[in-house]
Order: sequence, then structure tokens, then C-alpha cells
Amino acid sequence: MLSVMFRFHVCAGEIFELKAELNSDKKEKKKEAVKKVIASMTVGKDVSALFPDVVNCMQTDNLELKKLVYLYLMNYAKSQPDMAIMAVNTFVKDCEDPNPLIRALAVRTMGCIRVDKITEYLCEPLRKCLKDEDPYVRKTAAVCVAKLHDINAQLVEDQGFLDTLKDLISDSNPMVVANAVAALSEIAESHPNSNLLDLNPQSINKLLTALNECTEWGQIFILDCLANYTPRDDRESQSICERVTPRLSHANSAVVLSAVKVLMKFMEMLPKDLDYYGTLLKKLAPPLVTLLSAEPELQYVALRNINLIVQKRPEILKHEMKVFFVKYNDPIYVKLEKLDIMIRLASQANIAQVLAELKEYATEVDVDFVRKAVRAIGRCAIKVEQSAERCVSTLLDLIQTKVNYVVQEAIVVIKDIFRKYPNKYESVIATLCENLDSLDEPEARAAMIWIVGEYAERIDNADELLESFLEGFHDESTQVQLQLLTAIVKLFLKKPTETQELVQQVLSLATQDSDNPDLRDRGYIYWRLLSTDPVAAKEVVLAEKPLISEETDLIEPTLLEELICHIGTLASVYHKPPSAFVEGSRGVMHKRLPAQGTESPDVGNVAGGSAPEAAPSIIPSQGDLLGDLLNLDLAPPTTTGPPPPTSGMQMGGMDLLGGGLDSLTFLLWYPQVWLPAMKAKGLEISGTFARRAGVIQMELVLTNKAMSVMTDFAIQFNRNSFGLAPAGPLQVLTPLGPNQTIEVSLPLSTVGPVMKMDPLNNLQVAVKNNIDVFYFSCQYPISMLFVEDGKMERQVFLATWKDIPNDNESQFQIQDCHLNSDAASNKLQGSNIFTIAKRTVEGQDMLYMAIKLSNGIWVLAELKMQAGNPNYTVSLGTRRDGEQHY
Amino acid sequence: MIGGLFIYNHKGEVLISRVYRDDIGRNAVDAFRVNVIHARQQVRSPVTNIARTSFFHVKRSNIWLAAVTKQNVNAAMVFEFLYKMCDVMASYFGKISEENIKNNFVLIYELLDEILDFGYPQNSETGALKTFITQQGIKGQFQTKEEQSQITSQVTGQIGWRREGIKYRRNELFLDVLESVNLLMSPQGQVLSAHVSGRVVMKSYLSGMPECKFGMNDKIVIDKAGKGGVTNEAGKSTSGKQSIAIDDCTFNQCVRLSKFDSERSISFIPPDGDYELMRYRTTKDIILPFRVIPLVREVGRTKLEVKVVIKSNFKPSLLAQKIEVRIPTPLNTSGVQVICMKGKAKYKASENAIVWKIKRMAGMKESQISAEIELLPTNDKKKWARPPISMNFEVPFAPSGLKVRYLKVFESKLNYSDHDVVKWVRYIGRSGIYETRC
Repeated sequence: MLSVMFRFHVCAGEIFELKAELNSDKKEKKKEAVKKVIASMTVGKDVSALFPDVVNCMQTDNLELKKLVYLYLMNYAKSQPDMAIMAVNTFVKDCEDPNPLIRALAVRTMGCIRVDKITEYLCEPLRKCLKDEDPYVRKTAAVCVAKLHDINAQLVEDQGFLDTLKDLISDSNPMVVANAVAALSEIAESHPNSNLLDLNPQSINKLLTALNECTEWGQIFILDCLANYTPRDDRESQSICERVTPRLSHANSAVVLSAVKVLMKFMEMLPKDLDYYGTLLKKLAPPLVTLLSAEPELQYVALRNINLIVQKRPEILKHEMKVFFVKYNDPIYVKLEKLDIMIRLASQANIAQVLAELKEYATEVDVDFVRKAVRAIGRCAIKVEQSAERCVSTLLDLIQTKVNYVVQEAIVVIKDIFRKYPNKYESVIATLCENLDSLDEPEARAAMIWIVGEYAERIDNADELLESFLEGFHDESTQVQLQLLTAIVKLFLKKPTETQELVQQVLSLATQDSDNPDLRDRGYIYWRLLSTDPVAAKEVVLAEKPLISEETDLIEPTLLEELICHIGTLASVYHKPPSAFVEGSRGVMHKRLPAQGTESPDVGNVAGGSAPEAAPSIIPSQGDLLGDLLNLDLAPPTTTGPPPPTSGMQMGGMDLLGGGLDSLTFLLWYPQVWLPAMKAKGLEISGTFARRAGVIQMELVLTNKAMSVMTDFAIQFNRNSFGLAPAGPLQVLTPLGPNQTIEVSLPLSTVGPVMKMDPLNNLQVAVKNNIDVFYFSCQYPISMLFVEDGKMERQVFLATWKDIPNDNESQFQIQDCHLNSDAASNKLQGSNIFTIAKRTVEGQDMLYMAIKLSNGIWVLAELKMQAGNPNYTVSLGTRRDGEQHY
Repeated sequence: MIGGLFIYNHKGEVLISRVYRDDIGRNAVDAFRVNVIHARQQVRSPVTNIARTSFFHVKRSNIWLAAVTKQNVNAAMVFEFLYKMCDVMASYFGKISEENIKNNFVLIYELLDEILDFGYPQNSETGALKTFITQQGIKGQFQTKEEQSQITSQVTGQIGWRREGIKYRRNELFLDVLESVNLLMSPQGQVLSAHVSGRVVMKSYLSGMPECKFGMNDKIVIDKAGKGGVTNEAGKSTSGKQSIAIDDCTFNQCVRLSKFDSERSISFIPPDGDYELMRYRTTKDIILPFRVIPLVREVGRTKLEVKVVIKSNFKPSLLAQKIEVRIPTPLNTSGVQVICMKGKAKYKASENAIVWKIKRMAGMKESQISAEIELLPTNDKKKWARPPISMNFEVPFAPSGLKVRYLKVFESKLNYSDHDVVKWVRYIGRSGIYETRC
């Protein structure tokens, strides 16, 4: 074969020359000329002027030349639509050719030419090719339907191609089936509500049969399609899993990951006590580990996915820590991902090994990697209490290396360790102070200042240290300024005599010389506090801080669920929902995991996403609720099945003014879609409940997905168990335009009419707008009804406890909750569950607690916990009859 | 799905550009060049998102292959496809280089048209592709109708990897067990992690459509067989055959996976010629062929003393080959003096390492090297990272302990039996990443 040299300028002369060659009589010369044209096209030069001459070469029996001309046509037809018509005849003729390769080539190319007039002529040949006797032509035609749909969706529907495509799912040839599935899945994505794929047990069976026979790529299409199906019950789910597991041994990593996706999703429906469930869990680990011996790019994709899987089901890989150890020549992107997973898998059992590794990594060259390794050591300390001491000493060793960024990173994590274990490792402060001068990053400076302020009473020269920062106050970043202000106020409250001048100075710097409103506001509040009531100031500023959580960077549960449904895809690599990076309507549908034992009402709906009833939102009993509260962000998600939207809120308000570090966190219910747009003429409502400062709030997000403007919103509740009613009108003042979203927060009162609902926390809501009235129901967390004055006198508690009739008592077990009694009590207090008394009997901690509901009912509880035993026993009692079932 | 595929040279000039989807414009070609190839920083991820367009790239020598998309595609599939694309190109014209790509660009476009349709990967088995896409132009027009339908049924068929009617005068099978043993050892000689990743690579020259069955000393199979019959068990214990625990294995698409899943038997109709039958991974009871014992001593600020002992740990009758020990040296090394008992050792300044090569070494032997490294005084605060000492070697056995028990061939239609097939089995153990920290 002759080689074609690349040239980088097409001048008029060259075009002319090519034109002459293209019109030459000699076949060889013609072919070489077309090759040159394609070469120019590749490097981005405009050779569209040659269009008629190239198209003239199309009528040839030389297949190679024909393919080259087609390639040219695909590129330039759009810019020369009128001339492209010249090609139609040849296409139509080729579609009748006796050679199946040529028939397929014609229909394949025709679909790539996005010119309306050509598309018109495509329909007839395509119809024939879809029914061609040769499977090669049929498989090409199947993809062509998707191409045509992309150009003109209406045409495809009108011509009935979709039905023909559906028929191809039952084709005898596996590759035809696979391509038909791929085409249908793609078309279905742009018609979210259509029942295009119509997945039912019969069609699923066909797909599973084809799965065994088709190419590796076809297996991927089929598995990805299967993942959209929601099985009817756990038996169907198990039988599909059984037929998918052999794919885990496929050499193609994408087949393996897609199979993992199907299994992870369908596993949700299996009862946990089933033997098969355990077998399946065991089967998942080895293929995931094997993915790590693939090429680095695939390792990266696999690791990003494993990161999700480890968060969702930590048990799968808990014994596989070693395979995530970083190798010296791993590319940096693989190293960073491995490190992330190592931290997630760190536990008491493997901590020694992990620490030894992390220490090794901290001496590497890549700055990002080293920083992350240092940070990881800190996270281990927080996560595994037993290792904290070793971690701290490792960090101290690292500080001794004096490598600047290592020192700074270490100080940032040591601050977190102090927060987690107050008053335990203060002996290291002296070492930290030695490095004060080398800190040049705001985060490290802020961390160091926080440490000095927090432990001002133990550091003799705290005032000098802080004063030294004050000189360049205005050059510091906001983070450091805020921290410095708080630290000096803390110092003043601890050592008022010597530091009066210092505090004056910082307050005036913050309030008078700063343009930053946050800083000014905080300055003024301190100033007022200090001048009016120093005792109150002390209570506020030096209040006990809530503990920090041990799991950081966890992906929010609803997002995690969605990402699990997207295993293997870009979404799982970015850890973002597809809507965040895909334009248009494609792929914006939210996928959800199926719920165990719930009969999904809309089997066959492609995404299964529009069914709020199937969403795992039910809070079945008080016992579980309590479990949730305890679990709240302190333990990894060990909950069974789909994680329930974590209930309750953490009132982190006790240190409102204490400093930027103790950020005020309200953990809300994750918003759920209550009313999908389909059911409400384009109005979508999602929302959550929260209790803020003693007021129950219903937070609504209204989205207009219709084409017209919506106005005149109003809301009403049906009678409900706790007399919840809107305390004011729905504040939607401006009309809601198409595609607009508005967030409204509606305060609720508890003085409305009462009627017992089933479940107790059910709430039926009616929303009206200028279009219609819509009804939906939702459930609210019982915990939002717990009022703040729920503290009870000990004596009253005892008397009440005795008064409770026996059959008004019930017991629950809370499993796997690794908190000690103090932590639990703190945790619960955040949700207005108050500990009245605590006593220790035979190694068991007994907590007596009281809850007051908004309707004045008291609920008393006894919480038994045994050191070392993660299971709690809760006994609940209430005096009123009829309130027992929760 | 994949919206477009571009191939660039190291300068970022486009060699091949094929767009499959309308949402990918010409500017995507430039976006990748500017943001990735010409980026100042080292590449931090094989997936890049630029203005809502995602780019997947792999590099082969100094050639960049990039797949582009605007949709939520199956990322694993895109990378698998890119690797496959490289394999296909390599099997057509050898090394993937700028020269070869330029010389074969028509062929590459033809392949891209065939193996990717509207961004969906299609059959990409070279065996099948070569039946109708060749470097000497397309056969197409000279084929008979029968040949044509044979091609299409192979491309779309269940057994896409083998064509009918293959004939050999001598039926022959070559089976190689290729293992790479990976090790990470602490300076104190503690194994931090070790695993063997192995491949069974075959060359088959068999007539017709033979059905093959492959058996090895897989623990699960042997234990099952042992339980099956009492007589068998007695026989097993006397012969003392060892079995190995395989952590996981993956198979060529010719292997019937459902059969492996249910009976753990490996049966298949082999492709013709070279192919990889399976890959596997083991972590238990690995024979580590060599142990490296490092000793590094810092003598003052400008001198390092290094002593490394290697010990071979296998049958004395076997010979290891191509042994190479690589001892990293600090960046500020000014001079090195080496003494070794066996082989040759050299300090390679450009690679910052002492490379010690030994041609052959028998089992249960030991050898030693010592070196004095002179350092230039530096005021660099950063400590030397001390990369691990790495090793390369080749041994004539499988470090995992894997043994081939049988490879049976059945071809019912043609008149040759399992006994007529000449079979060759070979074991090669190589070093993968074999490192000892020092």
C-alpha cells in the first residue's frame, strides 16, 4: 500500500490538483486522490470544495474506495445538503446489493448523514434491512434506528420502527439482540415515561439467554439494561442474580463491573437471613480485587467504583485491605484512590498494618499524595480509638522531619484529634508550638491558633504566641482572622488579668478596621457578651463542643444509592449524578435502589424512579427511630437494606459562637420527591421536615416542569395524629415560570384537628395552584415533635415510670450501636430526648430518658447498654393508652 | 455512548479523527490537545471533563488515544474498548507508532467504521475482522456468496472467534503457564503483600471445531473429586498431589462461564492460533523464588554503604535466568564503587540506580553485592525517599504451584482423537513488581 504523506496547508493549487486527480480515468489514481482528501480532512483542513468530485467516485465496485467516499460524505454532507442528495441513489441501490457486507455498509452510512432529505429516503431501505435474512445486516439496522431517532424522533415513531426494534429482542442471533437492546435503551432514555423496553419476566429471560452467547460488548449492553429492571419479588431477584454471577469471571472488566451493578442492585431485595445473600456477598469480593490487576486506567475506574461499594456494603471487602496498598510505580491517580479506600477499610483489626503503610507513604515525593497520607493518619486516629496514641506519635515523628507541607498537614489533623479526644494528648502542644513560624497555609495557621486558644491555660506564653499573629492581622485570610478573634477571646476568659489589652486590640481590629461582615459581626457579639455578662460569655464561648464524627467525606445516602445504580459509568467515576454533567434530558432520570419486600407499583418503568411509594421512607417504630438517632453520623451505615433517610437533627447550636470550626450543623431529612411532576400536571414537589429553634418547619421545593406559568399556590393538611397544621400561608409570591424552582419553608403548628392515622406519622397534604388541586401524602419524623422542654424532674420521672401500666410498656433491641452511654445521651439530647438519670448496675449502664411530644404526651424510656456489647435494650412506656404502637 | 475517537502524536497533532455523534464538534479535538496533551502539569486522571465533555485517554509509547463523549457512558467499557482498539491495530500492523498509523490510516478508518457503530462497540475479534478487512484492500468483491454469509455469521455468531473448515495435517497444541509473581517486603523481611497473577496462553493448531476441556490442580475441584469417591481419596493421599487455592480467575470469551460457575470445569471451543485462555490470581502458599536482604548504612552526610544479599529459594536442580537487581541511589550521588561475587554490576547515573545482572543462578544459592556511594553535600531539606530495591528474573516453574492436569480435545466430526494431538506444556515464572523496601 502506498503511503500518503500528511501535508499541512491546502492551497488553491493543491485543491485544483486533487480535483484533476479525482476526475482521472485511472482507478488507482482516483483512489490515491480520495486518500489524500481524507488525510487533509483528518488534520482539520477544509476540503469541502471537492464535494461533487468526491461524490462522483462513489459509484464504484471497489469497496475500499466506496468506504473512503462514505467517510467523506459523513463529514461534509451536512454542509452541502443539496449536493448530498446526489448520493441517495447509490445508497438505495447498495441496500439491495447481494453482498450483505455492502447492504450493511450502506444502511450504516446513511444513518450517519444528518440531512433531512436523505433521512426521508432512508426509511424504506431501513425497513427492509431490519427484516434482512442476514444477521449482520439486521444488527447494523438495529443501531441505525437509534441514529434515525437522534435525527428525527417523530419519524421513527410514525414509521413504526420502534415495534420492529422490539421484535428484534426475540431474534435468534445474540448480536442482533444485543444491539437492539442498546438502541432501545438509548431511545428509552429520551422518553422517560414510555414503556419502551417493557421489561417483564419473559423478556428478561430472553435477555439472560442472549447474555450467555453474545460478544463481550453485547453482554455489557444487556447487563446495563438489566440493571434498570425492578424484579417483582425476592425470588425473581435471586434467580436473576444466579444467572448473572458467572459473568463475574469474564476477562472484560466492563462486563464484570456491569454484573456487579446488577448484583448490588438486586441484592437490596434479598432478605438478609437468606443463605444465598451471604454466598453472593462472598462472590463479589474476588472479582473486585482482580480488577486491580487490570491496566491503570481501568484500575482507576474500578477504584472509584469500589469506593462507592465500600460505603454501601463495607462487609464485602473488609478483609481485603492489603490489595489496596500502594505500589511504588502506580500512577498518582491510582495511588490517591487506593489511599481513600484504605482509610474507609481501616479498622481495629488491621490498623497496625495500615499505619505502617501510611507512614511509608508520608515520605514519598508527590506532594498531594503525601498530604493525603498524613491526613489519613489523622483520620485513622479518629476512626479507631485504640490506635489514636500510635497515630499521634507517628504524626509527631513526621513533624520532626520539618518538611514544610508535612508539618502543616499534620497540625491540621492533630487539631481534629484534639476535638475527638479532648484533654488526652496535650503533651504534644509544646512540639507543635515550635513549628509556629513555618506555617504559611491558612488552614494550618487557623488550626494552630485554635489549639493555642483552646488550651490557653496550659500554654504559658499563649498571649505572646497569639499576639505575634496579631501584627499582620489584615494580611491574614478570613479563616485565620476569625480563628484568631475567637482564640483571643477564649484566652481572655481563661486568663482575664493579663490579656485585657490584647482582647481590646483584637476586638477593635475586627469591628473597626475590617470590611468583612462575618468578622465584624462576630467581633460585636463577643464585645457585647463580654461587656454585659462575662459569665454568660464564658458559658457560650467555652461551652463543651460536640464531638466530631469519625467518618468524613461520606457520600450522602440518596446520592450513594443513585451512584450504585450507575456502577461502571462516568457518574460513578465522577461521583456525581449524571444530571450534573450530561446536557439535555438524557440521563437526568434519577435511579434508585429497589426496596426490600416492597412491591414496586410500577414494574416496567424504565428507571423505577418516579415512585415515591417505593422510596424507603417509612419509619416503622420508635425502636428503629431511636436506632437511627444513635447511628446518626457516628457509625458507618450499618443499617439493613436501603439506608433510611437519617432522621432527626443534630442541634449543634451549643457552640454557636465558639468558632468557625464548630460549624452549626442541622442534619435534615434528605429531601424526597413527594409529588412527581407526572402526577401533577408538571408540578413537582419534594421536601423534608425539620425542627429549628423550637418550630417545626416543612421545607418544600416546588419545581415547575410544565410549559406554562403557575400561580396562586395554597396548601392544606388533612386531619392527622398530632394536629399538624400550617401556621401561615404558603409563601409563593412570584409566579413560578417553566423550569423554575422555588424553595419554601412552611412553619407548622400542632393545634390543628386531630385524627389517628396509620402509620401514625402519616400526613396527607393538598396543594392548589391555578391549574388544579393535587394530593399527596408523606411521613414526618416523630422526632420533630419532641419539644425542648422535655426535661423532667427525677422524682416526677420515678413516679410516672411506676404509674405506667405494664401493657403500656414495650421493648426493643437496637443492634450494632457502638456508642458509650455519654455519647449516646449527648446524641439524643440533640434531638430533644433528655437523659434524666443514669445508673450503673452490674456493668450495665442504664439511662433513663424522657421525651415530651408536642401534644403533651410524655414518653419515658430506659436504655440498657452493656460495655462491649453493641446491642441496646430499650423499654418504652407511656401513661396514656392507645399510644403504644410506636 | 462514545461520541468520537481521536489519535494524536506526542506533539498533539491529530493523526486520526472519527466522530460518531452529532454532539461532538471539531473543537473537542483541540480541547483535549490544549487541556491534556499540552497541559503543564502531569496528568492527574485518565478521565477528564472539559466543558461538559468527557475525555478518556490511554497512551501507547508516545501516541495518545482519546475517546470523547457527552453522555453518561459505561467508563469501564470505553477503556476496555480503547485497549482492544490497540490490540486490533497491533495485530494488523505491529507497533503503534506515528509512522505506522500514518501509513495505515485508511485501514484504521475502516476498522473504526466496523468495530464502533454510533459509538457502540461491535465485534472486535481480530480473527473475524481479518476475514474481510485486510491491508491489501478489501476482499469483498471477489468472494462467493457462501464466503460472504460465512463471514457475516462469524462476525455476528455465537462462536465469533473461530471459523468453520480449518484443517491441519498435524494437530498440535502449545500451552504456556505464564506467571508473574509480585512481592512487597519490608526491610525486616516481612511479606507485606504477595500475589501471583498468572495467564494460561495457548497456541492451537487444531482441525474442525474441537471441543476442549482444561483441568488444573484447582483446590475446589480436587477436594470435590476427593469427596466423590473413597477409592479416589486413598489414591490422592498416597500420590500427595498438591492443590492450589485460586482467588479468582477470568476467562477468554470462548470459555463457557455458566459451566464454570456450576461445575467449575473449563470447557471451550478454542480460537485458531494464539490466544489467552484464562487469567488467575493466587495469594496463598506462594513460592517466592528470591529473597532480598538489604542493608543500608549512612556513614556521615556524604557517604552511604549498601549491602544486598539475594538468596534463591527453589529446587537446586532448577536454574533461574535473567536476574537483575536494581538498587536505587540518591539523586546527589557523585560516585559509586561496587563489589559483587557473581555477575556484573554497574552504576547507571541516568537511572539513579546500581544495576546488578546475573545470567543464571541455581536454586538454594546465595549471592552478595556491596557498594559504597559517595554523595555530594546538599542543603536540600527534603529527605531522600528511598525507593524500594526491585528485582527481575525468570524461573522455569509456576510460583503459584499451579499444575496442568489435563487438556482434552474432542472433535466428533473429524477422525482424530485426543491421543493424536501433540501437546506441549511449559511453565514460566517471571517477576512482576518484586520489591523490597530498604
